[in-house]
Amino acid sequence: MEREKQVADKDYRVPSACGIFGMMSRSGRRFDGSLIIKAMANMRERSNGLGGGFAAYGIYPQYSSLYAFHLIYDNDVAKNETEKILSLYCQVEKSEPIPFRYTKRITSAPLLWRYFLSPKKNADDDRTEEDFIVDLVMLINRKIPGAFVASSGKNMGIFKGVGYPEEIGEFFRLDEYEGYIWIGHGRFPTNSVAWWGGAHPFGLLDWSVVHNGEISSYGINRRYLSANGYECTLFTDTEVIAYLVDLLVRRHQLPFELMAKVLCPPLWEEIERMPQEEAELHQNLRIVYSEALVNGPFAIIVGFKDGMLGLTDRIKLRPLVAAEDEDMLYISSEEGAIREIQPSLKRVWMPTAGEPVIGKIGATSYATEHYIS
Amino acid sequence: MKIIEANGLHYRQLNEIIREAIKNGEQEFKIIGATGQRYIAAGIKNKIKIVIEGTPGNDLGAFMQGPYIEVIGNGQDGIGNTMSDGKIIIHGRAGDIIGYGMRGGEIFIRDEVGYRVGIHMKAYDNLRPVIVIGDSAKDFLGEYMAGGLIIVLNLRGTVPIGKYCGTGMHGGKIYVRGDIDEHLLGKEVSITPLSEEDESELAGYISQYFELFGVKRGNVSLEEFKKISPRSHRPYGSLYTH
Repeated sequence: MEREKQVADKDYRVPSACGIFGMMSRSGRRFDGSLIIKAMANMRERSNGLGGGFAAYGIYPQYSSLYAFHLIYDNDVAKNETEKILSLYCQVEKSEPIPFRYTKRITSAPLLWRYFLSPKKNADDDRTEEDFIVDLVMLINRKIPGAFVASSGKNMGIFKGVGYPEEIGEFFRLDEYEGYIWIGHGRFPTNSVAWWGGAHPFGLLDWSVVHNGEISSYGINRRYLSANGYECTLFTDTEVIAYLVDLLVRRHQLPFELMAKVLCPPLWEEIERMPQEEAELHQNLRIVYSEALVNGPFAIIVGFKDGMLGLTDRIKLRPLVAAEDEDMLYISSEEGAIREIQPSLKRVWMPTAGEPVIGKIGATSYATEHYIS
Repeated sequence: MKIIEANGLHYRQLNEIIREAIKNGEQEFKIIGATGQRYIAAGIKNKIKIVIEGTPGNDLGAFMQGPYIEVIGNGQDGIGNTMSDGKIIIHGRAGDIIGYGMRGGEIFIRDEVGYRVGIHMKAYDNLRPVIVIGDSAKDFLGEYMAGGLIIVLNLRGTVPIGKYCGTGMHGGKIYVRGDIDEHLLGKEVSITPLSEEDESELAGYISQYFELFGVKRGNVSLEEFKKISPRSHRPYGSLYTH
């Protein structure tokens, strides 16, 4: 695969307008991928055929205790090298091609393979199992030319490629999978090249991230992540959000509400007007995590094993709308896409800029939770 | 009246059907089951009436010059973008950049609106755009506003406007019901009481709002409103004079 094949602004027009969509069943009910494909197709105008993808949670219940690795390979050499590393560090319980069907427009594809793994961690290895997996993902992405880990979580998977999202969904036969959370993305690449690994969602462990916008703090974020063991190798700014979420929520144990405030901190003049305790909290967060602040226009949806989160930049330079019916929470770039699959909604609202919408399996309310008790 | 089932129709097909029917003399339309189709009635200059059930997509009525559009449902972003005549009524909420660069006509929204509503509205001669919002608006209301009128009725009695209201504003006015924290305003605007002329104009739009949406007027009174208007019509007039 020619990774540098197309250059933004040179080879194609670049108005920035990706489409993002997330849907989850609060009760944990599993449903197939045809609904989110339909919702993404509704926002076709927000993509240009240069990238589409989906993350699905709950799709591998028979292997739920194993890490499901989705790999994208440029060639057999990359596959062989990767498999050597995988069997060195993991017990490979199952290895198989990811099923697909060619579509009208997707008539070629890289090698797409999935593995169900349990880590072989030495007794004297003091890393957590998750850190062990993160290091393995970084190792493959960094060291093996033409091999990319698309996803590495349990009981979830990321399916992505170059094409319109509805074509990618058809290509990967997502109507044959059942999940309780689905995240989708239609890409309109601006600052980065179009290739299968560069499509969204980006994933690490159970995290998946879809993103509309661009991250002007990419350089600072990337350096900060590098100092914390995350190598950005995928040529796309969205990658930093997936790693920041992993660092802040899994490793630093911040609640989602505070993680959102690290990515989107209140402006200093707003902090000055806060009551003392709250002001101190935000002041400290800004100081400790100054390099994790994400600047530039963005709307993101983050998926994880028991929920999803939507967030926009602080001055709302990208659209995001949320809605709910009896069981479902929806987050989307456009309300029309939600109506496409569910015309009758209980509530539709526009999340406040810089404030997260958090949906959790089993939770009774989707409203932003209070982060200061 | 022409009834159009929007379900499954791409916006191009939908707009083609409307334009074709107009050519054949049709003046009234009903669109059923809209799911985000963009640019509905964009650029149309005829005085047609369109009722839309569902959620029409971005740039509803963009550049239009005459149609009367009523949405039974919510609106998305960019409603009335650069429109210069006609009327859009939304029986629900609406998204960001409503009335973007609007130069004439009226938009009524029953509930709340998103960010940057009325950005760079302008007025000229007898063209004077008006946006009436039933509930509240988010940040950057009236940003770079150069003319026209925005009214925020704040019927739910929450915080009526977001931050940076009137940033870069150098023409037109915004009437807001309820208390306004000074720190929410851009540095180019100030709060003043309404003049008698302002009040009679406001009274007209308030009556129209309650008539259009058929909701009870409750205790909305003119004394509760404040006016946000620019300190100067040429804030940077002397920037390049030296």
